[in-house]
Amino acid sequence: MADSRSLYQEVILDHNKKPRNYGTVECATHKAEGHNPLCGDHLSVTLALDGERIDAIAFKGESCAICKASASMMTACVKGKTRADAETLIREFRDMATGKLDLAAGHHLGRLAVFAGVRDLPTRVKCAILPWHTLHAAVNSIPTTSTEAEDDPMHAPIGGA
Amino acid sequence: MSGTMSGTMSGTMSGPAMSATVLQARPSAAFDVERVRADFPILGLEVAGKPLAYLDNAASSQMPQPVIERLVRYRRTEHANIHRAVHYLSETATREYEEARRKVQRFINAREDREVIFTSGTTESINLVMHGYGRKFITPGDEIVLTTLEHHSNIVPWQMLAEEKGARLRVVPINDAGELLIDAYEKLFTDRTRLVCLTHVSNALGTVNPVKPLVAFAHARDVPVLLDGAQAAPHLKIDMQELDCDFYAFSGHKLCGPTGIGVLYGKAELLEEMRPFKGGGDMILSVTFAKTLYNTIPQKFEAGTPPIAAAIGLGAALDYLTALGMEAIAAHEHELLAYATAELCRLPGVRLIGTARDKAAVLSFALQGVHPHDVGTLLNEEGIAVRTGHHCAQPVMHRFGVPATTRASFAFYNTRSEVDALVAGVRTVQKVFS
Repeated sequence: MADSRSLYQEVILDHNKKPRNYGTVECATHKAEGHNPLCGDHLSVTLALDGERIDAIAFKGESCAICKASASMMTACVKGKTRADAETLIREFRDMATGKLDLAAGHHLGRLAVFAGVRDLPTRVKCAILPWHTLHAAVNSIPTTSTEAEDDPMHAPIGGA
Repeated sequence: MSGTMSGTMSGTMSGPAMSATVLQARPSAAFDVERVRADFPILGLEVAGKPLAYLDNAASSQMPQPVIERLVRYRRTEHANIHRAVHYLSETATREYEEARRKVQRFINAREDREVIFTSGTTESINLVMHGYGRKFITPGDEIVLTTLEHHSNIVPWQMLAEEKGARLRVVPINDAGELLIDAYEKLFTDRTRLVCLTHVSNALGTVNPVKPLVAFAHARDVPVLLDGAQAAPHLKIDMQELDCDFYAFSGHKLCGPTGIGVLYGKAELLEEMRPFKGGGDMILSVTFAKTLYNTIPQKFEAGTPPIAAAIGLGAALDYLTALGMEAIAAHEHELLAYATAELCRLPGVRLIGTARDKAAVLSFALQGVHPHDVGTLLNEEGIAVRTGHHCAQPVMHRFGVPATTRASFAFYNTRSEVDALVAGVRTVQKVFS
């Protein structure tokens, strides 16, 4: 059995309790709504791009602790980074959550690696991925996205871990 | 009833017992849950190093040893295709398959065995009525009455039909306890009402609907009624002649039987009028390219090779339940539900979703400040299996303003000590999130 308790580590519980960058960015240049129809979770990501740089970012929504902590840590991590850097993190985070990333090899996830445990909990993978999914949609000017959209490049089938 | 559980208060999980016990019918006062548990090998499992507390019975129940053995015996000594050949195995399989149909007939007290159609489950049973009855008899402007309590499988087929036919769905609301508003139900009837589709027991809340008077009300207006019995059949004694419903749908795997088998009961005169649902072998009398003559019921609705083993397994499961006695099962589960409700309500921050006066075996709740998926994952670490999510009943979730709930659902083999484990597990969750 996967030890899911390892997923609910202090840093995740803390970000769930005191989410960073919670709300909406006024004068946002990009925004997207993300839905997980399997569990009803939804969140919005708003951000302001200054050229290629993410100047401000915020998220808002109703979700489980895994999703909320993932969103909170994501916003803290990508703020100030370029769009290309954010896309790299999105790809690496998705690969980690679905068990395709070798954590021992080089990556840029830093303490986001705390979410690696979801790869052993197929039904929770999408909880962790939803914010990243939505960020991907926002920076690419896609107004809404869903974890169940087959043609979405972020689509990660349950059990694909 | 209280006192019948004394033997289970401090009971630990019993290990798998491989010898089948054929239980004799006994009065409810003598319901011996530990003896019953010995028939279910899976209940002896450990999960995450803890004894399994399986409280997800509304999703699917576990299978007792006599049913497992019946399936093995069929596979080893009786299998062939049915209704086909003249050889020994085909005749044996056909006889056992048709005997399973008669066991269902007796279990639900249908007038005739040809009123029992084997399907793949409740969903297919409802879709059969939608295609066979709805597509033939529903016309533009007609109205179909549903309720807020329906599982998606008793909503979506009717939406598809309404869209195709230009018909209209009318939805009976519920009160804050999760009970149907009977006045509203009666007021929804118009001269265009053609069908009522109603759940007997709510899968998300456990509400037992007063279906008998609701059926009578519809019948007084010549409106037929389909009852979704998926959650009722495992917990209540169901009697087709007493309920007088026109259709009744339920699943085998919620009744200690296999998956892939379900039942549609229908009144013979209605089934005879209906169009076949699927075309193929076994549902025909003769086929030429000019014209095909359909078989009589029930074969008209059982195209192709059916799940023979699963049907026979369901028959064995019904034998098992009948030997225990549905009244004894209901009494034990009722006692367990009352205990669990009282214990869980003692915890701060617990909000019960669904507090109907008449409930069956389901405890749905929300935990303040904790999402149900987090509750489910953490309870799993304690060896406790519950369902979290919208339970395929999103209209119910919307009614209560929650995206999802945590649902513990009981079977006759659950114990007070498992309820205690659930309550302790919820306390642990609260501690993690404090």
